[in-house]
Order: sequence, then C-alpha cells, then structure tokens
Amino acid sequence: MKIKALSRPQASYQPAGSTIARLPRNLDPALHPFERGREYTRALTATKLERMFAAPFIAALDPGHVDGVYSFAKDPESLEHFASGSGDGVVKVWDLPSRQEIWQSQAHENIVKGMCFTRDKRILSCGTDRAIKLFDPYNTPKGGAPIATWLGNNAFTGISHHRSLPSFATSSSVISIYDVSRSSTVPTQTMAWPTSVDTITAVSFNQTETSVLASCATDRGIILYDLRTSSPLHRTVLTLASNSISWNPMEAFNFAVANEDHNIYIFDMRNMKRALNVLKGHVSAAMSVEFSPTGEELVSGSYDRTIRLWRRDQGQSRDIYHTKRMQRVFSVAWTPDNNYILSGSDDGNIRLWRAQASTRQGVKSFAERQKLEYDNALKERYKHMPEIRRIARHRHVPQQVKKAGEIKAEELKAIKRREENERRHSKKENVRKRRSEREKMVLVTEQ
Amino acid sequence: MEIATTKRSSAPTARRKSTSQSKFPDSEALALQQQAAAAKATYGRGNPIRTKSIKDKKLRHNLKTLENKYRDATLQAKNAEILLEHSSGFLEPENALERTYKVRQDEIRADVAVETAKKGFELRLEGLGPYDVCDYTRNGRELLIAGRKGHLATMDWRDGKLGCELQLGETIRDAKWLHNNQSFAVAQKKNVYIYAKDGVEIHQLKRHVEVTHMEFLPYHFLLSTVSMAGMLRYTDTSTGQTVAELPTHLGSPTALCQNPSNAILHLGHQKGTVTLWSPNSTTALVKLLPHHGPVRALAVDRSGRYMVSTGQDRRMSVWDIRMFKEVHTHHLRQPGSTIAISDRDLTAIGWGTQISIFKSDLFTKSLLSQNPLDAPQLKVPTPYMAWGGEGKTISRVRYCPFEDVLGISHSSGFSSILVPGAGEPNFDALEFGTNPYETTKQRQDGEVRALLNKLQPEMISIDPNFIGNIDLASEEQRKREKDLDAKPEDKIKKLKERGRGRNSALRKHLRKRGQKNVIDEEKVRAREALQMHNRREQEKVKRLQVEYGPALARFAKKGI
Repeated sequence: MKIKALSRPQASYQPAGSTIARLPRNLDPALHPFERGREYTRALTATKLERMFAAPFIAALDPGHVDGVYSFAKDPESLEHFASGSGDGVVKVWDLPSRQEIWQSQAHENIVKGMCFTRDKRILSCGTDRAIKLFDPYNTPKGGAPIATWLGNNAFTGISHHRSLPSFATSSSVISIYDVSRSSTVPTQTMAWPTSVDTITAVSFNQTETSVLASCATDRGIILYDLRTSSPLHRTVLTLASNSISWNPMEAFNFAVANEDHNIYIFDMRNMKRALNVLKGHVSAAMSVEFSPTGEELVSGSYDRTIRLWRRDQGQSRDIYHTKRMQRVFSVAWTPDNNYILSGSDDGNIRLWRAQASTRQGVKSFAERQKLEYDNALKERYKHMPEIRRIARHRHVPQQVKKAGEIKAEELKAIKRREENERRHSKKENVRKRRSEREKMVLVTEQ
Repeated sequence: MEIATTKRSSAPTARRKSTSQSKFPDSEALALQQQAAAAKATYGRGNPIRTKSIKDKKLRHNLKTLENKYRDATLQAKNAEILLEHSSGFLEPENALERTYKVRQDEIRADVAVETAKKGFELRLEGLGPYDVCDYTRNGRELLIAGRKGHLATMDWRDGKLGCELQLGETIRDAKWLHNNQSFAVAQKKNVYIYAKDGVEIHQLKRHVEVTHMEFLPYHFLLSTVSMAGMLRYTDTSTGQTVAELPTHLGSPTALCQNPSNAILHLGHQKGTVTLWSPNSTTALVKLLPHHGPVRALAVDRSGRYMVSTGQDRRMSVWDIRMFKEVHTHHLRQPGSTIAISDRDLTAIGWGTQISIFKSDLFTKSLLSQNPLDAPQLKVPTPYMAWGGEGKTISRVRYCPFEDVLGISHSSGFSSILVPGAGEPNFDALEFGTNPYETTKQRQDGEVRALLNKLQPEMISIDPNFIGNIDLASEEQRKREKDLDAKPEDKIKKLKERGRGRNSALRKHLRKRGQKNVIDEEKVRAREALQMHNRREQEKVKRLQVEYGPALARFAKKGI
C-alpha cells in the first residue's frame, strides 16, 4: 500500500531566528468564496474612503492681491513658476513649491487684462491703460521698471505669445501682432474680421499649430486667424458671448471656449458648425477655461463662485470646488505637472487645489501603490452599482449654487416644454427642424 | 501488461500528433491551447462574451480588452500553480488484492512522517459523558470539544496545549468557534453563551433560547442558531444585532449545515424534508425531500455542488444542489448520525459505532453503466477508508482544515485519525482566517480586514454572484414585488362609500356584474351592503317624517 499524508513542518513557514513569516498563495477560486460580494464590499469601502480623503483645497497663496485676480500666466520653461495679475495693475510672480511670492511690480494703472511668459522667461502684460509691458522678473528687483513698453490706441484685453517666434498677439478691437525683437511700438500685423467692430475679449495662440490663433469677442463671435496669410479664417457666432479660449495641447485642432450661457463648448476648428462636446453644470457665466496638460481634462472657473473639473468626453463635471470665501472666479490654470489647479478670484486670493481631490502626492510604498491601483480597478468595475454611484457622485454644493441649479433646470424645462407645445400646435410646414444640443448655440458660421 | 498499455496509448497519440501537425504548425501552439483550456476550467469565471457579433465598435473593443484581461489572468493563475509547495496525500493499493478500506490507523501511522503520525491521537474522557461536539477553527489550529454533561475544552491540538477547560454544569447541545480562535459560542441548556478563548463568559444571547444546532457564517459574521421550537435566528457577532428571526413552522429541526459557497443554511426536519434558508426570506427558499424519516445529518461540499444527507430511514442520499436533483441514494446498515465533507471531497459518515469515508466518486459515479439504454443500476460505492467498531458511539465527525486529519467525538472522548488525501494541501495565507501558521499580528490584521470586508446579510442568496448583475425584472414587476404585503383593494367598500342616491353604485355593481345565477362571496357582501344601505335610508325617511310633522311629512325623501 502506498501511503502519503500531508506534512508541513512549522519551521518552513517561519524559519528559526527569522521574524518574517512566509505567505504562500493559492489562487484556487474554491478557497476564495463570495468573490463578487467581497469585491463589491471592497469597492464600496474604497469609494467611501475616496470621498473621505477628498480635500481638494491646499492653500491660498499668501499674501494675495489687493484687488481681484483677473489674469494668470504660466512659465512654459518652468514647472514651479507662474504669474498673476490683478485689478489694481499689480503683477506678481510666484514660486509654487514654497508658495511664496518671488517678484512683484505695479505694472499698470488699471486692470491687468492679460499676461504671458515669453520663451526667454520674461513677462508680457497688457492692461486697460492701453500699454503692453515687458518685465524680467527673475533678474530685476521687485518693483523694477519694465524693459520695454508698447502703447496702443485702445485698452488691451488679452495677450498670447507665439510658440517659437519672438512675437506676440494682443487683442483690443483688432488683433495686433507685435515683435519683441523690434524696437518700434507699431504692430507688425493687424488682423480683424471685416464686419466685426466690438471688443475682442480673449486671444490665444495655438501652441502646436503655431501660426493659428483664435479670439472671442463681445459681439458673440469666435474668430480664427492664420498668421501665414495674415487674415482671419473663420467666424462663428454663438448665442451669447464667450469669455475665454483654451487650445487642447494634445489635439491641435480642438479648443474650448467658456461661454456667458454657463456652458463650455469644445470645438473642432475644422468643423465649426457644431461643438464636439458641451460641458454643462455651471449656474452662472463661465469666465475662464483651461485644458489640462494631458488634454484629457478641463478646468473652468465661473461667476457662480465655483470651479468645475471636466473630462473632455463627458458632459457633466467630474468635480466641483468651492470655499466659503472664494468669490467670482476669473482665472483658472492647471499646473504644468497636471497635479494641481490654480484659481484666481474676485476676492484677490490665488488658491491652490488638487486636481484629484483625494490623491496625495509624495512617495508611496509599493504596498500603498498596489492598494490604490487595486482600489481604482474595483471602483471602475463596480461604478454602476447604485450605492457606489450615489456616493461617488455626491458633492456638497453651496446653497445658492444648488438653488440656482434647481431654478435653472426648472426654467430650461419650461422653455423646452413651450417649444414642444409650439411644435405640436403649429402647421407642419412652419415647424422648424430640431437641432441637437451641440449645434443649437451656433447662430452663424462665416468663412 | 504495463508495456502493452503504454504501447496502445502511444499509438493513437502518435497518429494524432501527425494530423495535428498539419493543422497547427508547431506542437507548442497545441500545448498553449491545452494550457489555456485547463486554466479556464480551474480559474475561469464562465464562458467569455462573444465579441464578434457586437455591432458597437467602442463597446466591442472595450469588451475585447476586458476578455483578454480575464484570459491572461486565468493563464497567470495557472502558471502560478508551479509555486504550490505541497501535493495532496493519498492511499493507493499496489496490487489488485489490496483494499484501501482495510488499512488500519497504526499502519498509516507507521508509514507517514513522525510529525504527521503524531496527529493521530485519542483523548479518553470516560465518565464525562458522551462527547457530542467537536469543532476546528477555520485554520485548523485549535480544537473545541464539548460533552453533553457540560465539560468543554479548547486546545491547540498539534502542540497538545490546553486553551481552557470548563465544567459548565449544564447540558451542552452545540459549540462553535467564531471567526477566529479568540472566542466561541456554546449552546447550553437555555441560552447561547459566547466565551473568550480563556473561558471567560463574554455574552449571553438571551434571544437564542433552547438552541439545538449552531452554524457560523465567517464572511458575514453571522451566528445562526436553530431552536427546539424551530426558530432560526441570525445574530451579527460583530455588532451584536439580531439580523433575522425566522420561524420554520416545521417543528424541532434535526440537522443544520451551511453551504460554504453561498452561506445558505440547510435545515433537516422530522418529516424527512430539508429546507434552505437565507436571512432575507421569511419562508424557506427551497424544500427538498430526501428521506422518509427524520433527517439525521447534513453536509455540503466546499464548492457548494453536492449535499449529502442521512436519515433515520437508514438512507444516505446525495443531492446535486445546483439542479436540486437527487444524484443517488443508498442504504447504510444503521442510520448515519453525522457527516463531514473534506476540502478534497472525502465524505466521512458516522453510523452507529463505525465511520466510512467515501471518495469524491460518491458524487459522480452513481450508475454502474454509463449507457442510458440499460436499466439504471445503482453501484454502492466502496468506502475509501473505515474506522471504528470498537463500541464507541460516534456523535460527530469533523475534518481538520488543511490537514489529513479527521476529528471524531464519540461516547468515550475524542479521536483524531489520519485520512490521507482529505486536506487541502496548499493554503492561502492572505485569505482571512485560513492560515494555519498565522502569527498574532497576522491574526489581528486579518480580523480588521475581515471586518472591513464583512458581507451584508442581504447579499446571501442561492447564487452568490448576483451582485453586479443587471436586474432584468421589469419596473412593473419590481413594483409589484415591493408591496406584496399591500392589502388587496376592497371594491365593495369603495362602492359603499360613494353609493348615494336612487341609482347607487352598489346597485349598479350588482346589476352589471356578470351572470345573475352565480353567487360568490363578493356578490353576497354587495347585496348585504345594499340592504343595509336601504334600511338606513328608510329609517332616515321615517325619522324625517316625524321631525317635519304631519303637514310637511311628504317632503321627507330618500337620498337627500
């Protein structure tokens, strides 16, 4: 008779003199019953933990501005520096790791409307005092005089630097292209749509397709220009004016505009008849929008005192940030490392937020990383379960915003109902064709 | 003989190889395919979704990546088998004359390693009464034995270290370890008590009265007891709350066991029925009838596929509890009083003073011939091992998890015997509570983790994988199910309340509704209601006539 029975010496699991016990695995499903139930429970716990650890606000940069913060500029050559401009004409440059101000100057006599860094780490700022000034913040003392000044005929509203050439575009009633290397104060080019006369509110160079730039104006138009032909290409008129433009850094032909009608529209510049996506959620005008450096997400600041974070391909916001003391948000920016968000608001503070509310930066142990990865996979797998979805989606929203959202929904419903009633009770030949949500706001497109 | 068989078997494989070579360019691909099939059989989670027929491009791509991920996971799990350290034990005859059931314990002990041989022992506890209860912790490290007269002892049985010993001076009907070796529950004469491992009484469960059987569901932290009066109770041992109290309405139960794969309780009753219970249903989920007399013992295998039961009618019946069909049944010489199924599907049955252990072919090879045209002929399986016959009445058998050991409590104490091939050879150290060599720190960590992952009682269902599936019941159905307790609408009451005037709704109902000659309860009630209504009207008229006086009496009218 052949006989064999199990024999497992204790010593093989914890060798003598060692404090580390071996942990053998056996992946046989029979040894791990209730797989689904346990995974679901873990996913639920992970979701709850995520919400528990969600603390998006890190700090307000100290000391903030005296007036509201109306413009931001990121240094394209540095991960840690950025500049902010306020309503009283002060420009400050900040160091993010230490959250300290490293330079400041009274640049303008009125609102600083636009700022940008040049490729050689200098700041261009423009304001409503009809001046564009060039500063060198890293090499000159605080409060130093500008290196160069350009004076225009009208108040400037926006500025954007070319990716590689030493030229920049400013907006007033026309788009003027200046050359930094030239000493003359006359723009090298001016471009304008022949029939539009109103103020242009924002201008933005495409950093990938470098000769294209876009602008939006108070006459509700979005205009695309090409430097090579030095002429406007295209104009689209939406139902309301747009406030801000941001190009997608990864998909050169896509850009987002923040609109007065509370929405953010993502357009493909090749087909301006309809938006690629409409991001709905704000309950007041969206004042500023920016794509994340990965091009996957967006951040927007609004007049309703909140910041919302969006995924490029989803219609609803992924998160909403607010604090009690934050006023109307006029400028937002992602930090170039994609991990943080900056917001400048009417109350003069610049706030630093986490891009993912519940993540923490810093070195993590292997076990910690593994656990986070596992939890993320579980959350993804069970995200459709009602309890998990409810917890993951729940956000505390300020009462005014909540109430405004409810009223807005009610009003939109009423409008829709009225339209449907009209449609139902009018003659067939008078009934207009239905338009999708993505093309409703486009009034005119002109070539 | 051996040479002949190898030759015969080698010939077809060679041929197959030659044909397969034309199909598959290399044998490596074939081996990979076989590996994938084996991996899917052991570690797979069912058939993959057919992605080819999906029209939506994005969905198709997503599902395809998901399926690939699952397939890779099964392959990796299969490949990780190489890391398993131990293989299971066995008892194999070397020639045709040898029989495994004839092997005695002393022969086994002589043949195995010294350390293993020490695991077979006997505790002679004469005079302390028949030992009805024995129970191992989930990692098989500690043993709990209890005698009917109130003697109770826990021990680390490998080292022979006594944990605690109590003389409760009260009848003990059942005892059970809770989620680890830190506490155990004892069903005493009146109540259930929970003791710490050192024998200190921690809790008295006053609601659990006259409990006869207990089960502990480790993943749900539920202690379930069934009482003499047939009340099934679930108590959450982590919070102390009562989860459910379910009257079985089937008298005093005779057996209880849990299905380890879905936490459903199987209850055996006096009339030979076995009912399946979850805390979410006030009635039994399923009723089976395996016996003609009282059910004596029940057991379900680890994978939750088969149930073995014995009854007072001396039958042992094997059920497939996925289909709820009897696989087969056969007679024992005496009624089987206790059953245990090991992790590797060895079924031990204690009947009278004997124990028979059957291999897993008890579940599968039920018929002599596989030809369906032949008359079904039952093959009584020969036992794999046998023990006893020494005058000790067997009261409970339990396998020690992760060991080739069977614990037997009987009339004169406790015996531990070696059953080669019974235990799961490779444990998973990260699975809660199943590491036989866990340290204190690991136990404490594991306990916290287990409590975080505690399953809710609502998740207990016959199909444990229902979570996350789409509920296909329509909204209407769901609504109907939601208010099952809602009272049916009473039509006549509704009519009575609005029936006014000459042409009352009740009269209309009586007139309109169906055939005149059919008299049912509803019609009788409606007629009575109408008569009552009319009488009240007439009384009202009379009263008004008196009230108005003789001159105005003619103005008294019905239905004003």
